[in-house]
Amino acid sequence: MAFKGAIVVDIERCKGCSVCVVNCPTQTIALAKKVNSKGYPYSYMENPDNCTGCGNCATVCPDSVITVYRVKI
Amino acid sequence: MDVKDIIKPENLVYSKSKVLTDTIMHYCPGCSHGVVHKLLAEVIEEMGIQDKTIGVSPVGCAVFAYKYINIDWQQAAHGRAPALATATKRLYPDKYVVAYQGDGDLASIGTAEIMHACNRGENIVVIFINNAIYGMTGGQMAPTTLLGMKTATTPYGRRADLNGYPLKITELIAQLEGTCYVTRQSVQNPGSVRKTKKAIRKALENSAQKKGTSFVEIVSACNSNWKMTPVQANKWMEENMFPFYPLGDIKDR
Repeated sequence: MAFKGAIVVDIERCKGCSVCVVNCPTQTIALAKKVNSKGYPYSYMENPDNCTGCGNCATVCPDSVITVYRVKI
Repeated sequence: MDVKDIIKPENLVYSKSKVLTDTIMHYCPGCSHGVVHKLLAEVIEEMGIQDKTIGVSPVGCAVFAYKYINIDWQQAAHGRAPALATATKRLYPDKYVVAYQGDGDLASIGTAEIMHACNRGENIVVIFINNAIYGMTGGQMAPTTLLGMKTATTPYGRRADLNGYPLKITELIAQLEGTCYVTRQSVQNPGSVRKTKKAIRKALENSAQKKGTSFVEIVSACNSNWKMTPVQANKWMEENMFPFYPLGDIKDR
């Protein structure tokens, strides 16, 4: 059984700590080159095809900015 | 499959807990406090005890916890959270009372309060964030600071002959008869976050069963005062803090 996932990042709340980036097992997430209104580079799905919706990024996120969606394929 | 087809309400698997408020936390990027707040909120939501939980916030970085978790709160004088939690629990025996403290608060100025509250076996939950430093005041040495660790007040590293030895207060508390559950956890990766969540849930359930004091230490990183990035700080914590503060249940009965 395979899963396909996607995350939605609340850009304005993200502080760019990159804890989600190192804890993503599929290298989906990276920090954006742009910054939010507070000046933090926010995390985003650099490789959306890799995402399995495991939710590890949301589990470790200190500011609860990540929402995870997942479908079976 | 396109991302737009995946992002639909029926496919939702994880979102921010409803017990957390929408206020943006004042913590530094990557701070462990945010993860622990989230876990506490998630456990309260899962157990359905939002209107039955009273938190006691400490003096320290977590002083503003009452802004972020939508339950009833009190704010204690420095180190006195267990004393306030004792009074609250005795006045409202049916409520869940959670004292949330840092290491400067609990292991230094509040040592008397935590020792006696645990020895009396008050049916409260104590969450103890141990990041081995005074975070809010600017990174001074705490009782839990490791030997050789550089802080604002030990710029050449902590020395045993001058500053004494680091305090393993969780092991001390485990010896007290009043405690029923004493554990040490961390929140630096998904596995440890899940374990910590189970520990917090168990502590709250013990409180309902009137088994005694539950004490959950969470070894945390303070990247700003350790002068590291959040990722480096978590790695440093794994390499240096865990050998001295080993993870796992110390007492469970």
